[in-house]
Amino acid sequence: MKNAAKKIYIALIFIFLYAPIATLMVLSFNASKTRAKWGGFTFRWYASLFKNEVILKALSNTLIIAFCSALIATVIGTIACIAMSGMHRRTKAVILGITNIPMLNADIVTGISLMLLFISFGFRFGMGTILLAHISFNIPYVILSVMPRMKQLNPSTYEAALDLGASELTAFFQVVFPDLFPGVLSGFLMAFTMSLDDFIITHFTKGAGVDTLSTKIYTEVKKGIKPEMYALSTLIFVTVLTLLFLVNFSPTKKSNQTGID
Amino acid sequence: MTSKNKWLSTPYLLWSIVFIIIPLCMIIYYGLTDKTGAFTLDNITAITTMEHAKALRLSMVLSLISTLICFLLAYPLAMILANMKVGQHSFIILIFILPMWMNFLLRTLAWQTLLEKSGVINSVLSFFHLPNINIINTPYAIVLGMVYNFLPFMVLPLYNALSKIDDNVINAAHDLGANGIHTFFRIILPLSVPGIISGITMVFVPALTTFVISTLLGGSKILLIGNIIEQEFTQTSNWNLGSGLSVVLMFFIILNMIISTVFDKDGEGSML
Repeated sequence: MKNAAKKIYIALIFIFLYAPIATLMVLSFNASKTRAKWGGFTFRWYASLFKNEVILKALSNTLIIAFCSALIATVIGTIACIAMSGMHRRTKAVILGITNIPMLNADIVTGISLMLLFISFGFRFGMGTILLAHISFNIPYVILSVMPRMKQLNPSTYEAALDLGASELTAFFQVVFPDLFPGVLSGFLMAFTMSLDDFIITHFTKGAGVDTLSTKIYTEVKKGIKPEMYALSTLIFVTVLTLLFLVNFSPTKKSNQTGID
Repeated sequence: MTSKNKWLSTPYLLWSIVFIIIPLCMIIYYGLTDKTGAFTLDNITAITTMEHAKALRLSMVLSLISTLICFLLAYPLAMILANMKVGQHSFIILIFILPMWMNFLLRTLAWQTLLEKSGVINSVLSFFHLPNINIINTPYAIVLGMVYNFLPFMVLPLYNALSKIDDNVINAAHDLGANGIHTFFRIILPLSVPGIISGITMVFVPALTTFVISTLLGGSKILLIGNIIEQEFTQTSNWNLGSGLSVVLMFFIILNMIISTVFDKDGEGSML
């Protein structure tokens, strides 16, 4: 009885979390152009999606920024973690405190502050400024994913590698990095997801004429969202879901493969 | 690793100074000056004008309600999930992160379709001859949007803190004669405080400062403090006033940060 209540509770929360996603998926097959009424089943929006250059351009911008910002943030963040492992407790606390600022700060404040920075230093608004902004808010996610792995490291293995004649770089890449890798990967994926889903910071740091999917959708809100957008997000969601399913439940690979630790 | 690797932190430190510290100083600078660059407190005290104070008050009320609802929904959920002892800790996190792959604006907009007068929820309610709900374009819809968007940020820190509690501690409490309610209030709740504080911070700050959710679900009539700041930057181009109001918001955020660092020194209630 108690167990049934628990299951019902979990189910209700998941319906709450996933109902809008199901709604969007249904809308992507809606033949009527307005989202208010059902006009029959169609694949039309999926076909016209691939001819809609504005949406495809926004998609490629979004993916380029998500990939590059996650990659650069992963490199900077991982290096910072390695450096911090040898640091004095107090210095480390200060750096981690700074790392927490973008996580705890409001997106609108982060966005505005970066906008003011770019204006004051004469940056030209566009892909570059969006990328810089995304790297900035992505680094904390990488650091928070890599740090716990760093703490679990056994320093003796690195020293042993050095004793056995490996150079510092070889020792790092052959011995330390494989141990860190799950944390690094989860940091990268987390950063990629956050970048992909960001609207507020992009809204303030993008220039005129450059759009990511989020900012494109925001401009469409008043006129009505193009049904192709629903089709595209359904495709993205289903792709990610399939990939995760394959990685998580493939029979050959067990243990923690989702990348999020 | 050895301490000689310290210089490796230079790129990150430089990055933080240029893209975190300096931008925040710029907001404060703009907030404390007028268009000519002269020092003034007008942008800060502007919060007391009718329109701004009303928006701030509404933001506070709605975000506090949302945070409370998130907490009440998330705590039992996190307890159930933590007790399930799913081998894959990551799997749980994943289910809550996964919705983020569907765009945040679209997910929120979908609630319009669900909540509308002739929307999905009302159709279902009518089918069962239940009274309809008409909350779209009201503050209730905004609260719903906040709870929907920020619930994962409450669940994950709570789940993290609760799953770290040693079973032996709970068993010991039972052995010593504590009943379920006692164990909960004397053992589980106090041990999950870092998660609670972290969750509250993670929900309250974005809810207090949002302008997107109120735009999408509140119609265009309900202005939150986030909407006012956003308009100062994108429409009226009064950056000094926008910055001044942001400084006021930052006061609440910093207060929140201090509370969270005091209660969660070891980062135990972190999201990941």
